[in-house]
Amino acid sequence: MLAVEMNHIYKSFGPVKANVDVNFQLEQGEIHALLGENGAGKTTLMRILYGLYRADSGEIFVNGQKTLIHSPKEAITAGIGMVTQHFTLVPTLTVAENVVLGYKNGLVISQKEIEKEVAAASEKYGVQVDPTALVRDLSVGERQRVEILKALYRNARILIMDEPTAVLVPQEVDVLFESLIRLVKSGLSVIFISHKLIEVMAVCDRITVLRDGKVANTVKKAETTQVELARMMVGRETFGVHRPVEQKSSTPIYEVSGVTLEGKHQKNLLENVSFSVGAGEILGIAGVSGNGQGELTDVITGLIPPTHGSVKIGGKDITHLSPGEISKAGIGRTPQDRHEGTIGDLTVAENLALEHIKDYTKNGILDHKKIQEDAAAIIKEFQIKASPNDQLRKLSGGNMQKVVLARALSRKPKVLIASQPTRGLDVGATEYVRKRLLEERERGTAIVLLSEDLDEVLALSDRIAVIYEGSIRGIIPSAEATPEKLGLMMAGVV
Amino acid sequence: MAKYRLEKSPAPMWSKVLIPVAAVLVTFIVTSILIILAGANPFAAYYNFIIVPLSSKFSALEVLVKATPLIFTGVAVTFAFASGYYNIGAEGQLYAGAVAAAWVGATLTGLPAIAAVPLMLVLGFIAGMLWALIPALLKVKLKVDEVVTTLLMNSIIMYFISALLNGPWRDPETGWPKSPEFFEAARFVQLIPKSRLHLGFIIALVVLLIVYFVLKRTPFGLQMRAVGASKAGAQFAGINVNRTMLIAALVSGGIAGLAGVSEIAGIHYHLISELSGGYGYTGIIVATLGGLNPIGAGIAALFIGLIDTGAQTVSRVLGVPVYLGDVVQSTLLLVTLGMLLLQNYRIKRI
Repeated sequence: MLAVEMNHIYKSFGPVKANVDVNFQLEQGEIHALLGENGAGKTTLMRILYGLYRADSGEIFVNGQKTLIHSPKEAITAGIGMVTQHFTLVPTLTVAENVVLGYKNGLVISQKEIEKEVAAASEKYGVQVDPTALVRDLSVGERQRVEILKALYRNARILIMDEPTAVLVPQEVDVLFESLIRLVKSGLSVIFISHKLIEVMAVCDRITVLRDGKVANTVKKAETTQVELARMMVGRETFGVHRPVEQKSSTPIYEVSGVTLEGKHQKNLLENVSFSVGAGEILGIAGVSGNGQGELTDVITGLIPPTHGSVKIGGKDITHLSPGEISKAGIGRTPQDRHEGTIGDLTVAENLALEHIKDYTKNGILDHKKIQEDAAAIIKEFQIKASPNDQLRKLSGGNMQKVVLARALSRKPKVLIASQPTRGLDVGATEYVRKRLLEERERGTAIVLLSEDLDEVLALSDRIAVIYEGSIRGIIPSAEATPEKLGLMMAGVV
Repeated sequence: MAKYRLEKSPAPMWSKVLIPVAAVLVTFIVTSILIILAGANPFAAYYNFIIVPLSSKFSALEVLVKATPLIFTGVAVTFAFASGYYNIGAEGQLYAGAVAAAWVGATLTGLPAIAAVPLMLVLGFIAGMLWALIPALLKVKLKVDEVVTTLLMNSIIMYFISALLNGPWRDPETGWPKSPEFFEAARFVQLIPKSRLHLGFIIALVVLLIVYFVLKRTPFGLQMRAVGASKAGAQFAGINVNRTMLIAALVSGGIAGLAGVSEIAGIHYHLISELSGGYGYTGIIVATLGGLNPIGAGIAALFIGLIDTGAQTVSRVLGVPVYLGDVVQSTLLLVTLGMLLLQNYRIKRI
């Protein structure tokens, strides 16, 4: 009898098909990896299983019984527990209190009694925690164990772990794997969401690879290799926009050297990141989400200063300049999250003017006429479906991204930092943005393209750098790059 | 059985206009219950609340008198809130302004009005700014929540004023805790003979228009609104978020300080610890009802001034407690806030 069987699961978010006819089977007592790139549909599938989302269609069987799961509560009743990357613990309560919170009801809770119960559970499942400790004093790894124990205490027999190692340092990863293996021996079944091939090969029994919302394959670990998994994971599809042939090499005008960013915990978020880009060149920075792209974008767009290292444009040091000054130095920036990098409550015209507000001020007063005229011109040039006085938040993702891109490009920057420029866009808008980036390259702009979309990086970049756990694993010319090679680099294998 | 669920859905444009109107109606329905409990006829009560104050010249002017400090504090709060700085300290900043004016009014007795009035306004503005400075610095330097610190500063100044009035400024003749009377030239002129309406009302309107202009027409106003709407977005666009918030906080404090100047130089002519009666807090209601727009705040201030005046009429005519006016105000705020929140949702049958 299977622990979990999910049949023909479909799930769409608006135009985006997150899961398409997904079949997934979890056997009793196995660790089963769900492997795939960002946006492949792993987390969506598991959220459906845990009752956070509802599938558009499809069936779920738990322990052979057809089960309707419409809320996490119903999932817990069915014996399913989930540990996400973002912990849901109350820092000021003890471990024992956190474990029983919301599960044990009654007027009075005896501290002694719950500590004893949680200690017993900790003993029984072999998950080491101190029931009396305050959660705020615990390390990330310890907090994760509390989350696991919380699920087990609620009688979970099926445990979903959503990228559990993303927040851990290597030693903690080892401890986690030991606990998982012990738990599985005691009859638990584990679903392990990951995109790190090494970990998947280290701890899992079977692997289901998702790609673009569909199941690429389900394989036994013993019958596959990392290279094969990488190929299944990244796959390839052709799409319209392609970079013209090689560019003559040029001297670097934008240089990032030795950038290191210390984190709050033990791990460095960025570790000695160095690269340079020449005029008319696109440097793609590929990597799986959460490997430091966000932090790197924040550093090079001036939002946070690096702990060490420098950023230079044309030899001029701009490391510690503010975002406004960096923009003036000739760097166009698009934010990694268009919602965070713009102001939804303001109008399109106001958003376009904000960055260069001095140019739109006459005698200390805003020149509304110029703001409107320039906005109208930009809207026309970039084919944005909006009028200057529309609130930005009312625009579709594609049009909002065009506004963001237009804002960066309208000043003819020498360097463009494009972070996740096509994330969440439909095909048409994606093509437009990519075409625009290539036009900028023709114009002689040095472009840093940070993208989690491997196809995009491959199609647009002259050279490709791979970022993994905050450091650059290597920079290769795109002629030498194959999806398999990049897949292995992105997964930290080579 | 049908089930219903609340789900997010963007607010339609017409809700902006409809919400104040609907909020007033709902408030009247809700408070009617209390009026009935107090033994009065709700229709008679609302007639006295709304219509009677406007039906005589004297009480209509009294509405403007009551609205004057609320225009100041409402605009002050609007200015801070617009940039995402939640200044709850207008009450304390008002008193700081009043202390500065009281000093001028009590000591610089030889000054002509043309010098005394501007001096009081300038010093009152600066005093309000200074009282707003500590929470603002704590916010931008150490990220200390301004809601808590500005609120606490309100208590501190009440003790400071109590110490002043029971110490150096105690009335030497009567021994009452009130500062010496203002000299004649330091008192605001009456706009209309035999009414209490004074110069402060005009100044309030001028401040309102200036703030409106700054918010809508100047680059700094745009930057403020950007910071208020999205700190991350504003930072990305190269705006110095902390500096913008700091300036907004200080100017807000200064405007609230003007409310204190206006009340003391226009009405009381000496400092007492009951000078305000919560105008700083009511300013938050005014700003919220006004939709964080200075013009809206002006209208809301007039409306609250009307209810305040009406509450006294209702109390006198119908014998219900005068606090009913406060209840109506507070209910109105709760209903408005509830509606502002709920406009972003719709009920869906599932």
